[in-house]
Parts: sequence; structure tokens; C-alpha cells
Amino acid sequence: MRKLGGIKLSHHKQSENCQSVSLPLPEKVRIPMSMHIGAPCSPLVKKGDTVMVGQKIGDTDAFMSAPIHSSVSGKVTAVADYRMSNGRTCKMVEIQTDGAQAVCPEVQPPVVTDKESFLSAIRESGLTGMGGASFPAHVKLSPKQKVDTLCINAAECEPYITSDYRQMVEAPDEVVDGILKTMKWLGLPRCVIGIESNKPEAIRILTEKTAAHPGITVAALPCTYPQGAEKVLIYNTLGRIVMEGQLPADQGVIVMNVSSVAFVSRYLKTGMPMITRMVTVDGDAIGSRCNVIVPIGTPVQKVLEFGQCDMEKAKKLLYGGPMMGVSIGDTEDPVLKANNAILAFSEAFAKKGAPKSSACIHCGRCISACPLNLMPPDICRAYAKKDTDALGQLKVTLCMNCGCCTYVCPAKRPVAETNQFAKALVMASARK
Amino acid sequence: MGLLTVSPSPHVRSEMTTQKIMLMVILALVPAVIAGTVVFGPRALVLIVFCALVSMMTELVCRKLMQKENTISDGSAMLTGVLLALNLPVTLPLWQAAIGCIFAIAVVKQLFGGLGCNFANPAITGRIFLLLSVGSDMTAWVKPFYYLDAPVFGLFETSGSEALDGLTGATPLATGDAGLLELFLGNVGGSLGETSALALLIGGIFLIVTKIISPAAPIAYLGSLGALTFVWSLCTGGEMTDALYALLSGGVILGAFFMATDYVTTPITNKGKIIFGIGCGILTFVIREFASMPEGCSFSILLMNLLTPYIDRFTMTKPVGAKTPEKEAA
Ligand code: SF4
Ligand code: SF4
Repeated sequence: MRKLGGIKLSHHKQSENCQSVSLPLPEKVRIPMSMHIGAPCSPLVKKGDTVMVGQKIGDTDAFMSAPIHSSVSGKVTAVADYRMSNGRTCKMVEIQTDGAQAVCPEVQPPVVTDKESFLSAIRESGLTGMGGASFPAHVKLSPKQKVDTLCINAAECEPYITSDYRQMVEAPDEVVDGILKTMKWLGLPRCVIGIESNKPEAIRILTEKTAAHPGITVAALPCTYPQGAEKVLIYNTLGRIVMEGQLPADQGVIVMNVSSVAFVSRYLKTGMPMITRMVTVDGDAIGSRCNVIVPIGTPVQKVLEFGQCDMEKAKKLLYGGPMMGVSIGDTEDPVLKANNAILAFSEAFAKKGAPKSSACIHCGRCISACPLNLMPPDICRAYAKKDTDALGQLKVTLCMNCGCCTYVCPAKRPVAETNQFAKALVMASARK
Repeated sequence: MGLLTVSPSPHVRSEMTTQKIMLMVILALVPAVIAGTVVFGPRALVLIVFCALVSMMTELVCRKLMQKENTISDGSAMLTGVLLALNLPVTLPLWQAAIGCIFAIAVVKQLFGGLGCNFANPAITGRIFLLLSVGSDMTAWVKPFYYLDAPVFGLFETSGSEALDGLTGATPLATGDAGLLELFLGNVGGSLGETSALALLIGGIFLIVTKIISPAAPIAYLGSLGALTFVWSLCTGGEMTDALYALLSGGVILGAFFMATDYVTTPITNKGKIIFGIGCGILTFVIREFASMPEGCSFSILLMNLLTPYIDRFTMTKPVGAKTPEKEAA
């Protein structure tokens, strides 16, 4: 079967042998009330309250949302406005830690007897997709469509990041248990785990561990970015195409990140909600690269210090990988549920990543690089004319902002970015 | 720590740049430049360097006058100069060569907005402009190695000069007398760059291997021209080698690998490139056989340049997951 393509990147996965370690408890955490796609939570605590580990501090009635829990025990010192990286503002709870890390009595293993109770447990756990998109997990797991396959995203195609890999080699049993529980409660007969072939150890371990479960297969995928993009992964593992306007569930598939599914296993056993996550700390300004388990809300500064970041040298900080990661503007910004990496880079790297652009030379590299066969030069031209009909025909709404086109462009044009503007334009005109 | 750079993703870029691409193409032309210099003497090299310099100066002045950013460093003006020079006879007076370069850069390229916005290949259009305006000088061919018998190795002799009497000859395409091997190696009269198919092929293959150009258009062009000529020779009782002859002469190799692969003025998808190449092949054949003009290559590429926007429109890719209108209706 032909696979959807993409581009070859240098992997930079030097942190792959860094055993995960826990970050020392920070003095304070700042926990935003919106770390997911969907409705932000309202704070359930106010200034001066004492909170405990695992205590719910934010929730909402909205379906498309996930509750938020305290990652530390201590005292709420502020409930203030916080400007997120997408420019919007949400509430944020700041907690001074007391060092005791006393666990909230409400933290109890959930009683799961059927699909309903499973889904409500997942909601209560606060789990959101750990691969980057941060989609509330309980929403993803309860589609209206009939689904038959669980697809586990273990591609980890972004350079530098190895936190999913560490999860797979350090605690493969959690991964398998999480898969089995999810399959059982959702009644899914089949599961495929997609792993890029640059992780032979993970492929070996998971193949071994799942050998006794005939419904589960491990698929070794070529190392082309964006192998872990949902549409690409589904096509390359199952041969199904998620059509425009469709969700994976329309093709009978639920996609979950491998770390998310491991969390499900841990949560069902302990009842400890999503208050920590593993983060890869790397980049050319980092003195000692590592995989570190960080309480949600920890200031990025603390994580950088732990990685012995050269603060003079660091000129660009990223949440996530270099292809789809988001620039961090302030080292006081917190680590969020979706952050699989904190990367720190030098000025030279920053300069190379934001070059001056020149005229499009019609070379077609962006078209060959696009996994979805979109035509970025035509999209750019139609966008310049604000021609929404042409943009619709060019199917710009399919663009997943993977950045392959921008990466390969010899004229250094911000093609993917323009596509996002064009996409927004099409969606805005469709709403009218 | 100071100020942090905040920019949209992706935060890494490939090493390939427009400038590198242009320099690679120029590098690929080096064998042809050497072959031209060996066959036609030092004046060939002078003409090539001269054209490159004039093209770059024209680019510089145009951008200044239009108050646009200086783009001389992208290397595309230099490439146009070298390509145009390779399309000229060695004895062309320098002022005529200069006019060709100025026309190519100022009118064909910068008037339309510069690199990426021109619809026709500047070097080809420059050559055609010269053919139409100073045709006799453009078709004054000298014999290979004429310079050995000319004063100062022919450095200062232009077409019509008395010193060249007896050293001129017609191109093989016009007269039809030159061995295939001579054509292949370049030991024939003609314009600077088109004489040695071997030198051009080395450059072309270099560009294909380094993935600077796609082999689609050259293969389609050479394939269709070769096939048509072959079938024609069968029908008209010509020689079996006519097809090879057609491919090796008249600048077809130069056109196929270096002009029909120009990014800006040829289709963007591989499907489009194949159509473009076949179009060039058919037009070259028709022009040569029926318009009794030996030189069909430049005209056919220019004509296909004009059709490129239409080819592009009909060879758009089908996005993965796109619904076709019929399906939407169903
Ligand atoms: S057009 Fe969109 S989907 Fe295609 S490579 Fe660019 S960012 Fe990725
Ligand atoms: S890669 Fe860049 S220069 Fe090439 S066609 Fe795409 S946008 Fe234009």
C-alpha cells in the first residue's frame, strides 16, 4: 500500500536513553483554566484557599471540556487573568506549594462497570490528548458514529521529543493495560499501534507484550514527518481516508496518543487525575538533556534550570517540537497538559528558523512535500486575492498546519502560516 | 536571556535556498561552458562572462529604478546571462549580446515583477529577440576550432570580419552534414553551448541526481521528439538515425534539460511537466519539418511557456480526502 508521504527530518532524538526523573517540587505553580480544545473551566477555588494534590480546582458543565486538578498541595495565592499562547485570555490559579504534597481524599480509584462509568471516569480524570492537540479524551472516546478500531499514536515524529518513547520502554505494561481497558469498555475489537521505525526497541517490546492479544497489532511506520498527524497515521496504519469535514470516528477509528492510553491505565488503578506529565527537555541551549516528570503548572523556568539551560544562550523556547511547537514568550509560563517537550535553542537556531522570505519560484517542492497533496502556491495566490471560492476548491480547510511546505520552501516563504490565514478566511465566509 | 524569539511554526527550515538552486544550475552548465570554450576558443568564455555581468547589472539597475529590493544575490540573473550566452554564436558582437541580456532581464523578467512572476523564459525570449532583430549575425556560424587559424585566437573577430573568411560554416541542422559522434561530442558548428550533447547531458544528469530538476519534462520532450522523428523517417523513407540526429542537434538537449525545466515558466506538477515536454517535442518536430525552420527548440519552449498557466490549471493535484463534487451531491 502506498503511504502518505511527508519529509525526512534529522531526528535529534539524543534524549531517547534518558530515563525519566521527577522534577523537584517547584515553589509555586500557575495552572490555567484552559489547557484543552473547548470550553475553559471556571475556577472552583479562590485566593486564600488551601488545596491538596489531585483536588479539582476547575470545571464546567460544557461537554467539550475537561476538569483541571491541582498538581500540588498548598495555598491559592491568586486567581488571575492569563494570556495564552493563542492570544486569548483565561483564568489561572496560582498556588504556593507547602511541600507536604498531601493527597486529596477524593483521589480514589474510580468504579468502572460499563461504558458509561468508564467515560465519566475519563472525564473526571481531566485527561486531554497528550500528543499536542489536547482534545478532551472523554469526548474523543464517545463518538456517535460506530467505531471498530483504536489507533494508538506512538509515531512521535517530531524531532527531539522522546517522552512517548520513554513511556513505551519504561512502562509498556501501562500502555498495553490502557489499550485493553479502553477496548474492553468501548467494545472495540481491534487496535493498531503505529510506531516510527526509528524506535526499534519500542516496537520490539510492544510486539512482545501484545503477542497474547490477537486484536492488537504493532505497525512499524517509515520515519517521515508528519507520521503522527491523525489523518496520515490512520491512512498509513489502516488505509482509511478521513475525508474533508470528517472526524476519525466517521471512518470508525478512535486515535489516542500512547502516553494518554498509559495514563488511562494508571488512573483506573489509582484515581490520581492528570496532574503531571513527562516532558523532554532538549535543544542546543540545554546543558543536560532529560526526560522529566513535571507537575502541571510548573513555570518553564524551573524545567529549564533542571536541564541546566544556558540562559544567556537561549533565545528561542518551544512548547513541543520544532515542526509544530509553539514559541514560549515568557519563562514564567506554565507547563501544560499537552506539552510533550520544552526545547531551548540558541540565537543561531532562532535565526535559521525565521529566515527572510523571497519570491515564490514555482518550484513545486511544497506540493511534493505536502502529505495531503495540497497546492500551497495556488492557495497563497488565491488568498492574496481573498478568493474564497478558489480557496474552497483548493481544499485549504484540509491543511493540518504540519509545516512540511514551509520547511522545504527554498524561497523561505511562510506557506503553512498563510494557509492557516486562508483557512480562517474560508471558515469565516462559510459561517456567513 | 534577553528577548525571546516568538515566531510561528515550523521553527526549522531545510538548507535549500533559491540561491543554492541557481548556483547548482550554473554549476551544471560548467561542462557546457568548457566544451564551448574548447570548440570555439577564448571568445566563448568572454561572451559568457560578459552576458552574465550585463544581466546582473541590468537586474541591479531595474530593481533600483523600481525601488524594489535588490535581488542580484539570488543568482537567477547570472543564470539567465549564462544560458543566453550559450544560445549565441561565438562571433556575435558584444553590443548585440548586451542588448539580448538587457531585453531578457529588463523586459521579460523585471517588467513582469521579477523572479517568479515572468511568464516566459528570459534566456529563450532573449535569444528569439536577437534572432528576429539581428538574424544574420545570430546565424553566422563558424567552424569548430576556427580560432586556431584566426588572429589572436579570434578574440576580437565578430561575424562579417574579413579575418573569418573561409572559417564560417552552417549549423549541421541547416546543412545536414555532421556525424552523429561529432554532434554528441560537440565537434560541430553551432551556438556556444548547444554543440556538445555530452557536456549538456553531464550537467542535466547532475541536476536530476541532486533533485534540482525533475526528469519528467526532459524525458517527455526528448522522447516525443525522437519518436515523432523516427515514425516520420519510416513514413518518408528517411534514415533510421534521423531521430538521434534530431535530438543531438539544434540545441534540443540544452533546451530540454535547462530551459524546459525552468521552475517559473513551466508547469508545477509532474503531470504538467510531462504534458509540457510532449508539447515541446511535437512543436519542435512540426516547426522543423513543416515550417522549414531548422531552429524549432526555442520557439516551441516559448509557446509552451505561454500555455503553462493553462496546463497548471488542468493538472492540479487531488488533495487526499477531498470530496469530488459528484460525491458531495450524492
Ligand atoms: S499545506 Fe498544510 S498539510 Fe500540506 S504541508 Fe503545508 S501545512 Fe502541511
Ligand atoms: S516551495 Fe516555496 S518557492 Fe517552491 S513552489 Fe512552494 S512556495 Fe513556491
